[in-house]
Amino acid sequence: MANTMARSFLQVAAAEEVAPPLRVVQIEGLVMLKIIKHCKEFSPALVTGQLLGLDVGSVLEVTNCFPFPIQEEDEEIEADGANYQLEMMRCLREVNVDNNTVGWYQSTMLGCFQTAELIETFLNYQENIRRCVCIIYDPSRSNQGALAFKALKLSDSFMDLYRSNNFTGEKLREKNLSWVDIFEEIPVKVSNSALISAFMTELEPDTPVTQRDYDRLQLSSSPFLERNMEFLIECMDDLSVEQQKFQFYYRSLTRQQAQQQSWLQKRRDENKARKAAGEEPLPEEDPSNPIFKPIPEPPRLESFLIANRIANYCNQINGVTGQSFSRLYLTKALHDN
Amino acid sequence: MPVVSGYNSSDCPIRYFQNPSSRSLLFESRSEEKKKKIRMAASDRTVLQFGPSSAATSNVTAKVHPLVIFNICDCYVRRPDQAERVIGTLLGSVLPDGTVDIRNSYVVPHNEFSDQVALDIEYHHTMLKSHLKVNPQEVIVGWFSTGLGVTGGSALIHEFYCREVPNPVHLTVDTGFRNGEGTVKAYVSVNLSLGDRQLAAQFQEIPLDLRMIEAERVGFDILKSTSVDKLPSDLEGMEVLMERLLTLINDIYKYVDDTVVSMIIFLFLFYSQIVLI
Repeated sequence: MANTMARSFLQVAAAEEVAPPLRVVQIEGLVMLKIIKHCKEFSPALVTGQLLGLDVGSVLEVTNCFPFPIQEEDEEIEADGANYQLEMMRCLREVNVDNNTVGWYQSTMLGCFQTAELIETFLNYQENIRRCVCIIYDPSRSNQGALAFKALKLSDSFMDLYRSNNFTGEKLREKNLSWVDIFEEIPVKVSNSALISAFMTELEPDTPVTQRDYDRLQLSSSPFLERNMEFLIECMDDLSVEQQKFQFYYRSLTRQQAQQQSWLQKRRDENKARKAAGEEPLPEEDPSNPIFKPIPEPPRLESFLIANRIANYCNQINGVTGQSFSRLYLTKALHDN
Repeated sequence: MPVVSGYNSSDCPIRYFQNPSSRSLLFESRSEEKKKKIRMAASDRTVLQFGPSSAATSNVTAKVHPLVIFNICDCYVRRPDQAERVIGTLLGSVLPDGTVDIRNSYVVPHNEFSDQVALDIEYHHTMLKSHLKVNPQEVIVGWFSTGLGVTGGSALIHEFYCREVPNPVHLTVDTGFRNGEGTVKAYVSVNLSLGDRQLAAQFQEIPLDLRMIEAERVGFDILKSTSVDKLPSDLEGMEVLMERLLTLINDIYKYVDDTVVSMIIFLFLFYSQIVLI
């Protein structure tokens, strides 16, 4: 009598779960306010915190979060940090908050968050949680009136490559992986419970123009632009250092190859002489000779990250200048009238 | 969990003390909970006392950040089935001018029976410690509960919080929208004593300032609707902003026009009166 469409429980349990790809991150208004408050309180220091929520299909819901205390560099504080986390999770469980870690958030200063530590943290989280996301909040950009929330995750291809520790140029070309493919930005959706939206609708102030609009209307954007340019110049310096490393590598590689060729030539001449004299020819390879030792290729990860940072700064500068132009045109129109 | 037993206001009806001077004192406070009446001792002429002086408490104002309201609503939605309301601790600081700045909150599990209240004190202290690790400046400034008005159980809980902090602020958030709107009110308690006998705790309402600056920063459009499909980009934000400015300028323009027109009419009538005279 069983429906042919229904599968037995065993079959369902045995079937491989194919996880749908993550398409959108749904944040609650409460989480946004908490992150903003925490990051603003401690800015310019960089702070982090944990995200809690649910993983539902292709949507990752973030329903609550809690901040991490700022840790001084000390080994014994490591255990404290873990204890704090466990205690918070236990307490939140008691009041029916989702006890499931789905990622972490961190604040950043003008968008220089693409570092090797971020990748390391991602990999750490990925070992325990199937799907995790990192939310980056930039309080300095929010002072300009934009809401600088970004949800990031590492792309799968990059993760596989990183795990296999195989970061040479050839492998990257093989997988067609360039610096754009490291981080994937996921669109963010905001949701609120009906109760809170009722409250907010009521508590909304009467003026149509809010504080955020006033922030946006600030005519002076030069401090922001200056800092962006400063960071950009630093990044260019770092990039040139990396380029020099590569140049050095290639030069030494060619030099080594030239040395190998000359040694080989000498060997061949020697062998010819020995053949003429009737002796055994010497082998054409000599692994103990230092000129045959392969030179390690410098890792490309750092240069990829620097490229990411530069792209970010350029985008930010683009955005800010676009806005400044609109503001200036607005002021001009008002003056003309 | 300590179980504090106390009286329920419906148990002992009390009449107003008829001394005219004290009656004027009673009417000075603005609280609506005026059902607490005082039993008149037979021939005593003891004076009803308010203390510590109402002058000090009437200067207290409270400022609430929007995060607190969000947190309370979220906790209310997640409350266990048998609970009618949620209570919890308020964290913040006292500003130098005496205003209480309420910045954060966390809910504390509790059980309420007909005349008894049980509060999970250990949970409260654990959460407090955890929060202090992150931000040592945020200390307890009071407690909150959902629902409208102050009940007998609240008085007991308030007593507990009085032992934690000298003058706690009690915040009520009406999630039931009983008056047709979500009322958020803050109270401080004042002790009423007759002679040296503690009689009642009177909850006086204090002015409340809902500072929505952070919510404005995020944008009310995002916080108001139940779902927003994507965060607005900078350019879209500029567009909305310009529309708003336009509305504002139009309103001001109209207002000024109307004022000018009414001034003209007024002057016209004035001069016509003078001419007639």
